[in-house]
Amino acid sequence: MEVRFLENDFVRSYKKYSSAVEVEGISESFSKDVLRRFTRNKGAVIGCLSIFLIIVMSLFGPYINSHTYKSIIIEHSSLPPKVPVLQNIGIADGVIDGRDIYLEKGFEDIAYIFGTDTLGRDLWTRTWVGTRISLYIAGLAMFIDMIIGMSYGLVSGFFGGKVDIAMQRFIEILSGIPNMVIVTLLVFILKPGIMSITVALLIKGWIGMSRVVRAQVLKLKEQEFILASRTLGTSNRKIIFNEVLPNILGQVIIMSMFSIPNAIFMESFLAFIGLGLQAPLASLGVLISEGFKSFLVFPYMVAIPTIVLAILMLSFTVMADGLRDAFDPKMKEM
Amino acid sequence: MADNNTILEVKNLKQHFKVNKNFTVKAVDGISFNIHEGETFGLVGESGSGKSTTGRSIIRLYKPTSGDVFFKGQRISDQLDSKTTKTLRTQIQMIFQDPMASLNPRKKVMDIVAEGIDNFELYKNKAEREQLVYQILERVGLSKEHAKRYPHQFSGGQRQRVGIARAMIMNPELIIADEAISALDVSIQAQVVNLMKEIQEESGIAYLFIAHDLSMVKYISDRIGVLHLGHLVEMGTTDDIFKRPIHPYTKSLLSAIPKPNPKVEKESTPITYNYETSGIDYTQGLSHEVEKGHFVLGTDDEITQWKSASQIGG
Amino acid sequence: MENNILTIRNLDISFTTSSGSINVIRGIDLDLKKGETVAIVGESGSGKSVTVKAVMGILSNNGVINDGSIHYNYLDDHGNATQRDIVGMRQKDIRKEISGKRIAMVFQDPMTSLNPTMNIGNQIIEGMRQHYKTPKKEARAKAEELLSLVGIDNPKKRMKQFPNELSGGMRQRVVIAIALSCDPEILICDEPTTALDVTVQAKILELIKAIQLKTKVSVVYITHDLGVVAKVADYVAVMYAGRIIEKGTIDDIFYSPRHPYTWGLLSSIPDIDNFEEKLYSIPGNPINLMNKFEGDAFAPRNEYALNIDHRVEPPMINVGGRHEVASWLAHEKAPVLEMPASLKRRIENMLKEGY
Repeated sequence: MEVRFLENDFVRSYKKYSSAVEVEGISESFSKDVLRRFTRNKGAVIGCLSIFLIIVMSLFGPYINSHTYKSIIIEHSSLPPKVPVLQNIGIADGVIDGRDIYLEKGFEDIAYIFGTDTLGRDLWTRTWVGTRISLYIAGLAMFIDMIIGMSYGLVSGFFGGKVDIAMQRFIEILSGIPNMVIVTLLVFILKPGIMSITVALLIKGWIGMSRVVRAQVLKLKEQEFILASRTLGTSNRKIIFNEVLPNILGQVIIMSMFSIPNAIFMESFLAFIGLGLQAPLASLGVLISEGFKSFLVFPYMVAIPTIVLAILMLSFTVMADGLRDAFDPKMKEM
Repeated sequence: MADNNTILEVKNLKQHFKVNKNFTVKAVDGISFNIHEGETFGLVGESGSGKSTTGRSIIRLYKPTSGDVFFKGQRISDQLDSKTTKTLRTQIQMIFQDPMASLNPRKKVMDIVAEGIDNFELYKNKAEREQLVYQILERVGLSKEHAKRYPHQFSGGQRQRVGIARAMIMNPELIIADEAISALDVSIQAQVVNLMKEIQEESGIAYLFIAHDLSMVKYISDRIGVLHLGHLVEMGTTDDIFKRPIHPYTKSLLSAIPKPNPKVEKESTPITYNYETSGIDYTQGLSHEVEKGHFVLGTDDEITQWKSASQIGG
Repeated sequence: MENNILTIRNLDISFTTSSGSINVIRGIDLDLKKGETVAIVGESGSGKSVTVKAVMGILSNNGVINDGSIHYNYLDDHGNATQRDIVGMRQKDIRKEISGKRIAMVFQDPMTSLNPTMNIGNQIIEGMRQHYKTPKKEARAKAEELLSLVGIDNPKKRMKQFPNELSGGMRQRVVIAIALSCDPEILICDEPTTALDVTVQAKILELIKAIQLKTKVSVVYITHDLGVVAKVADYVAVMYAGRIIEKGTIDDIFYSPRHPYTWGLLSSIPDIDNFEEKLYSIPGNPINLMNKFEGDAFAPRNEYALNIDHRVEPPMINVGGRHEVASWLAHEKAPVLEMPASLKRRIENMLKEGY
């Protein structure tokens, strides 16, 4: 190896050690870090955008046309989807088995984007109104998880001892009651509807989250920075909010995201078996339930709400997955 | 006997942990020692000796099972009123072992260091708070810029300095260093220990230096206590312990330290000591003062035996 | 090269991480002779563990060997002298020929090195059955012998016990027994006593010495504790930032060290025999290899740095026998610089002690 020596190479440099040499990159807060990692995950970003789109559609979709979710025009029953632009390419052109239904019934100049159901109700409006219900369930599930589940787990785990034992025993009793029993009882008392589903979720939906939070808190409690806070005289309340909470929030958000698909599906399932929302109310589950009856003849009636449901659930799952990866600082220290 | 400049008095401290109905772990089983103003007391022992538990009992992370701990005359081992709590939480501080786990990863260094002064409102306004933090950061060899950063952006040694800053900002009289350097690289250990010594020279802080590395303990301590299985088997000045050890456990501990001198180390064999088969029962022993300030735990017979083996007082 | 059992040349390894590629091993040359104990000394980030993992073929998935060779001389199953380059070998072959069979490893944490769901006996027998198809009865007998060899009392009873029933020191002895079960030629110990109490450590070190005397196995010992090195090693390699910065016999390194980092390391251990006013410490922190740098990686922390240290990385220079230093100070053009006075005094005291 050829090295060209310079004149004063072999003279002592007497350079003093300077800690400025160790600039460790920009001071990034944890949340910015997470955001950066999240946006790099294409799947997660797509999931996030899909959810956003669906939310927009559910809010504004129903206003595109003049139909409401329960307006019945019996003459328009069972019309297949007909989308003005796409029909020219042959998709959604109002044709089933080669027969143009709109033509047959003499409605060439009207179009139902998602078609109609057996009672002549506009499926476009009903689908998006139904999605609102599902989104409400999603938000409710997340809310219950984070507020009730997280608080319960925090208190139980942090204070430990008799408090913890009592709180855990309570949960064990509660979770021993099967979901179906609770729902049936509620339906009996409150009559099927959005209220009974809300209460059902309130009663049991948060148990899983509280267990996970409790486990996290138990682990965190013995960490030295918590002990340090205690030796510095920090009050319990401050420790819980300033020290413990920020370190579990990530996990909590992710876990509650993962519980959303389950909650949405539960509502749909209940609707499907007749214990959920009743007609003429629309929810994705109700639509699937009604559409199922005509599945073989008019598949679009069940297909459309199912697809929306599937996209919604998948998007939440993918987004939660991406969030979890973003929160996990694997290669932080080499 | 406590004299005027004793700041910490530990009397027959016991810390037991009940595992289940039949089994209690006696982590600390009756130890007594004092720490004087401005001195460094090294507490050495291996795993299971109870050294960390001792530190944590003193600072009330655990409530002592029995015994007394006095800090500047105030009893801190019993029910705490708000006055003693304040004394305890401001004048005794702790530095922890794990540089990763001892700092909250979600908080900036500024907030981590200011936690104590925040709790007791020891400043008038935000500017003063910042000043106090910057001052202490510089004192421990970090800089103002570091205050805006997060723990994960620092090396182990730097994190430990943040931990020291967090303790120092309270102007304590006693700092308990619970294996504060064990998790650091060798060259960084020397840095941190030097820093601690400097701080002590400037501010007269006393240290309870808990460690298992005897060579570091020797360098920094004025007096040393040797713990084994929850008992203080020997206590004295650094010289006493290293030059004239009496208790067989102390001797085995000293002989086990590998010295960086190949010619000597290759030939040496460590002295073995097995408590179970030695016939010694720590609970039967009493503390004997074999020379001034040098105490050994044992029965009268044992002490006589060991003293003649070490040729002391002869 | 004669009676070299392991010859590492120009080893260069990188890891791909989410923040880019890091060059963690930047050109290592090291020899292991038969029956010798080589100690690799370094602090965290020096790359000492990565080096031996490459030898064992257990580099993690995101590790790439960019360059270099690890030549291993051994007798194959038919008794013929062979030499193979571990760097080029397929994972399958390494597992079949080398891992556990000819080169065995003892890891740092005895808690996680043993399978908690398998009893001790089965864990020791596993290797023998796998590599040599030893019949069960014979393997069990050998396992009991090994347990006695590593100083565990009551071997028959212990064979049936599970790891959680043993103390840390005993677990590590079991790990050593497992490592020895296939009569390896090379035993690699990666900080085997760091997690143990000092009295337990002393016993394990005696054990390793005794085993080496008995079985003539060659040992590679990784540690950051210079006291341990003094006890076990014949030859020492000091690593910093992915390179060996000094290597030599144990006397070379302890009594005539030439690299300022070695001086720093030796000086930052408190002298247990003599009183000292102030402990020397190397300024700054170990370098973060993610950041680019010019010249010698140690230069920013080196108070003996020459101007050229900030420009060009020093080559390995032979300063006598097997003693080599990667420092411009050893170059003929360099000024003669003595080690710090306090270290010199300490070494003189140590030499006096030895007599």
